[in-house]
Amino acid sequence: MLRGFHCNRTKHSIMSVDKSTVARVARLARIHVPEDRQEKLSAELNGILAWIEELNEVDTDNVEPIASVTGHSLPRRKDVVSDGDRVDEVLANVPETASGFFVVPKVVE
Amino acid sequence: MSDLLSLSAVAARAALDSGEISAPELATAYLEAVEQTAPLNNYVAVTADRALEMATASQGRIASGDAGLIEGIPVGVKDLFCTAGVASTACSRILEGFTPTYESTVTANLWREGGVMLGKLNCDEFAMGSGNETSAFGPAINPWQGADGVDLVPGGSSGGSASAVAARAALLATGTDTGGSIRQPAAFCGIVGMKPTYGRCSRWGIVAFASSLDQAGPFSRTVADNALMMQAMAGHDPKDSTSADTPLPDLMAALDKGVKGMKIGVPSEYVMDGMDGEVVALWEQGQAWLRDAGAELVEISLPHTKYALPAYYIIAPAEASSNLARYDGVRYGLRVEADSLDEMYAATRAAGFGEEVQRRILIGTYVLSAGYYDAYYLKAQKVRRLIKQDFDSAFETVDAILTPATPTAAFPVGRKVDDPVTNYLNDVFTVPANLAGLPGMALPAGLNSDGLPLGLQILGRPFDEASLYSIGRVIEDAAAFSAAPQHRAGGAS
Repeated sequence: MLRGFHCNRTKHSIMSVDKSTVARVARLARIHVPEDRQEKLSAELNGILAWIEELNEVDTDNVEPIASVTGHSLPRRKDVVSDGDRVDEVLANVPETASGFFVVPKVVE
Repeated sequence: MSDLLSLSAVAARAALDSGEISAPELATAYLEAVEQTAPLNNYVAVTADRALEMATASQGRIASGDAGLIEGIPVGVKDLFCTAGVASTACSRILEGFTPTYESTVTANLWREGGVMLGKLNCDEFAMGSGNETSAFGPAINPWQGADGVDLVPGGSSGGSASAVAARAALLATGTDTGGSIRQPAAFCGIVGMKPTYGRCSRWGIVAFASSLDQAGPFSRTVADNALMMQAMAGHDPKDSTSADTPLPDLMAALDKGVKGMKIGVPSEYVMDGMDGEVVALWEQGQAWLRDAGAELVEISLPHTKYALPAYYIIAPAEASSNLARYDGVRYGLRVEADSLDEMYAATRAAGFGEEVQRRILIGTYVLSAGYYDAYYLKAQKVRRLIKQDFDSAFETVDAILTPATPTAAFPVGRKVDDPVTNYLNDVFTVPANLAGLPGMALPAGLNSDGLPLGLQILGRPFDEASLYSIGRVIEDAAAFSAAPQHRAGGAS
């Protein structure tokens, strides 16, 4: 019943997401998506994108985008050290650590 | 002891100050209530020892005349807030075992004002959901039961918070609201929830979802309690660069101001096809209550309303995909070992994030990716400006806006939906306030024919939470909502 609220949801998506796009986006997002899930995800993402494309009805010529509603510019502080020397706290939740460092799999052969 | 549980926070404060009750007594009653309502799964961690310690300290401050605003009042904390020494997981597997070494500003403010921490409350994973069903701890349950005895969702994402306050397992609770995550659960559980103006409460130490939309706010059973908690938790914080340095007026003083002479807008675009007739009737009832109390009701137009949800579902996932990049298996939480760094990231994030979170990260990554940025993200930011301008022009003629809080009452746990968009439509009335940064309050106004609470929403000008409390109090008095959920500590009386 609520589906009728917004738009013609059967409208074909202009920018359709196929399996290979899902794989590419998943790689960009560093999330392993097994191949057997890619089909379902592409259908879901297409559903969301088709709905989102309703925005194309809105005339946004000469409209400036906004990233924030606060209306004030970001405050500045003095460029001085105000915090730090908390190695133990920073490393308190690290999955693997050694000698005060983060440990990751080898990245240079 | 059910007598203690039936006290409002304001009444409990008075009883504590007069010595009629003690803070440890109140904390003990609430800890028992938490246990009694455990099947609702609204707590993910109970901090009983800490509660009793804090209550004892409160009692000392009361005795020495140093009581804070919410001294001795038991508070539940959404698991999205970092609490020093207490696991904080955003109800995600990826933060399993994460115990912050620091305290969020909002919770620090609450403890400074004497709040007593009961524990951490269930929520949707990373606050992404409208039913508390995406939590790694399983769904929280609404204390209100469906007509056929079926379990209902408490709403989301702050579902555990709303469920606990409605079930009397917390007197007050924190929530966060990115697209309706305080107001929708408040409406579903028949309690009061406030999303303040963007910048009113510090975001420091709150797990980020969509940083330009996220705001913390209070849950309570009465409008006055809500104002009291809001007064305690809000305030400027240099550690959050978007925190507003705007003085907070005396919100308790706003409670009895009434609405005489106020102009209240009723947006014609909020009447939507397929809307529940009972929701419409209650909305009209709300208008009548305000008119009877001396307000002038004015029809207004917010022409871009229908575009708020699709714009939100570009902006919020885009910000989330960026914010959630930090969960990499290196700095905290879960790590799944793999041969290379990239494979370790991908395996960790696949195992640690649930389905809905993954879906939103993928959407966000897609709309921000090369070639699509202008078509989606920039377009959404332009529409966001138009939505904000709609409100700006409306507030030239009205003081506040009255709408329904949700299109329906609470729905059953495990309801099958054919696609994610159906769930997203829950937020249709609440999302515009996040995009425009406005304060919004949801409060119970009546029951539907299934005996479930329905809520109204009041939206205000930026930083005018005070008017929402004046209006909310008038609606609260007129509605005289006294119905009790089937599941609540201390019995249904």
